[in-house]
Amino acid sequence: MEESVKRRHIVSKNACTTATHALGSLGDQIVSFTHWFSDAKHALGQAAGNCGPNLYMAGSGRKTWRNLVSHAEDHEGTRRDFLYYATAGAGAVTAGAAIWPLVNQMNPSADVQALASIRVDVSGVAPGTQLTVKWLGKPVFIRRRTAEEIEAARSVSLAELPDGDARNENIGAAPASDENRAMDEAGEWLVMMGVCTHLGCVPLGDGAGEFGGWFCPCHGSHYDESGRIRKGPAPTNLPVPVAEFVDETTIKLG
Amino acid sequence: MSGIPHDHYEPKSNGEKWLHSRLPIVGLIYDTIMIPTPKNLNWMWVWGIVLAFCLVLQIVTGIVLVMHYTPHVDLAFASIEHIMRDVNGGHFIRYLHMNGASLFFIAVYLHIFRGLYYGSYKAPREITWIIGMLIYLLMMATGFLGYVLPWGQMSFWGATVITGLFGAIPFIGEPLQTWLLGGPAVDNATLNRFFSLHYLLPFIIAALVIVHIWAFHTTGNNNPAGVEVRRGSKEEAEKDTVPFWPYFVIKDFFALAVILVIFLAVVGFMPNYLGHPDNYIEANPLVTPAHIVPEWYYLPFYAILRAFTSDVWVVQIASFVTGGIIDAKFFGVLAMFGSMFAIALAPWLDTSSVKSGKYRPMFKWWFWLLVIDFMVLMWCGAMPAEPPYSIISLIGATYWFAYFLVILPLLGVIEKPEPTPATIEDDFNDHYGKAE
Repeated sequence: MEESVKRRHIVSKNACTTATHALGSLGDQIVSFTHWFSDAKHALGQAAGNCGPNLYMAGSGRKTWRNLVSHAEDHEGTRRDFLYYATAGAGAVTAGAAIWPLVNQMNPSADVQALASIRVDVSGVAPGTQLTVKWLGKPVFIRRRTAEEIEAARSVSLAELPDGDARNENIGAAPASDENRAMDEAGEWLVMMGVCTHLGCVPLGDGAGEFGGWFCPCHGSHYDESGRIRKGPAPTNLPVPVAEFVDETTIKLG
Repeated sequence: MSGIPHDHYEPKSNGEKWLHSRLPIVGLIYDTIMIPTPKNLNWMWVWGIVLAFCLVLQIVTGIVLVMHYTPHVDLAFASIEHIMRDVNGGHFIRYLHMNGASLFFIAVYLHIFRGLYYGSYKAPREITWIIGMLIYLLMMATGFLGYVLPWGQMSFWGATVITGLFGAIPFIGEPLQTWLLGGPAVDNATLNRFFSLHYLLPFIIAALVIVHIWAFHTTGNNNPAGVEVRRGSKEEAEKDTVPFWPYFVIKDFFALAVILVIFLAVVGFMPNYLGHPDNYIEANPLVTPAHIVPEWYYLPFYAILRAFTSDVWVVQIASFVTGGIIDAKFFGVLAMFGSMFAIALAPWLDTSSVKSGKYRPMFKWWFWLLVIDFMVLMWCGAMPAEPPYSIISLIGATYWFAYFLVILPLLGVIEKPEPTPATIEDDFNDHYGKAE
């Protein structure tokens, strides 16, 4: 027993000078912003002041939970306590630093994010036809409407619509008039997500359904010429994504 | 290993002693396979071995399939066709893997319902039960991940619907879904990570299986009488048990052989019977199949997921109380996971002091109603979400929760159980006559 106590004193004495210097400055910084380290401050003060053998001999009596882990002597705040906290803190930071990259690698990669905005050439789209493009992994309908379709879409009274909101990301909340959903003032171009608002199926287009627009075959939702829900289980109109003409024949999505 | 008193391994030769003093692995194996097993076990106790076989089958066939599969959206579907047409015996290995998943789930459902009937979940086997439920959850996850890999239409749209469940979680749902998918929709990043996890999870299952076995080797097996093996002495224990090897190993292998005859007949003659033809169409994000159906083994829980629509009053109350945070979609997700969580809580919900359903006259009826309920929910899950299936699903889901949360706690109080045999030996002698 005496042998081992002696040996510890020697070790602690040798380490004392360098450890005091190194930990002293670091310790002061930590101590200044966390009371959690008040014990450690105590420890540092003692460690700096008493590099003598008597320090480790002092403790007896009071048991704290720290003793279970660090097996430090029982008196308030020793260098060993500080080292215990410092090691645990460094361990926690290291674990966090190791886990975060593992979590973050699952977020969308740069090439996926780069496709958040795409340009679509619509020069080949004749009136009365539509183009379906994949954007953000989902279909987008780009329809060039005929005069009759525009006429039909604009003659609908808003009171007949189950969903009164335009669902247009370009303008925010607004009444679901066709003017608020079409891209241009004349209403020739209609751009919207091709995802049924019921359970995410892709509706059929080109005048399908009872309202001359789109029809979802999964559960029978009918959309009109403006992509507004008219009949069936879907709760809302087909949403209009952020879109603009960057030149005469190119639409930029996103 | 602690547990029922029995003979332990004694190294005899010098070689055995040499090894045993350095690594007592032979002793470990000996004690594991020589475990005293209640001699009255019936045929419902064979599913554990079938499950162990399934895990090995899936890992072995899976590892060789990976040698030919390519996890990329442009190549995955073609690589499956390559396995089916070009790889030597590839179609057979893939059909084994596909139908192996079904056998795995048939066995696990029978195993779970066996436990529910004979009260195997009750003290002191709660830990075994919880580990078992974890294994079952991981099996569901693994099966789902694996079904996405062929990159057929059902793969793609199933993945879209199921990952959409996470999107229903309030506040964190959308970023969580994007994080899981690695993008705004199911795509190449999703396929790659699903492949990685599909390869990983079976090994976690294997580790949990070891813990599962360890737990019930400590408590001993339950048995049809639901009374415990006597542990006073080795002689007493021997009246209730026979060693697992060779008695139950032979019995279980016989059962496995019979089951494999049926299994291989399915693999050989009707390998796509349990699959969906749409999954032989390559995934297309622009076209939805008319009717998205999960694999058969998810159907009961899929039915519970869809049962709680916005017109159901409990959903409306939940939505009102939480200020709209819990909407119909999220309620459905909670109900689905809750229905599995309820099974895991059975040890604490069942208040009856009698383990085996054999001696519980009222419990029997409710139990078999639960089995029928499970079948009905499975049927509803395969049907479109419209009347009358939606209302049947709702009734089925309600009974599911009622069984665990109301009936199990109440039965223990109001039911008068029949007398149980004093010992396993008595139960055995009642059935098979006293040994001479």
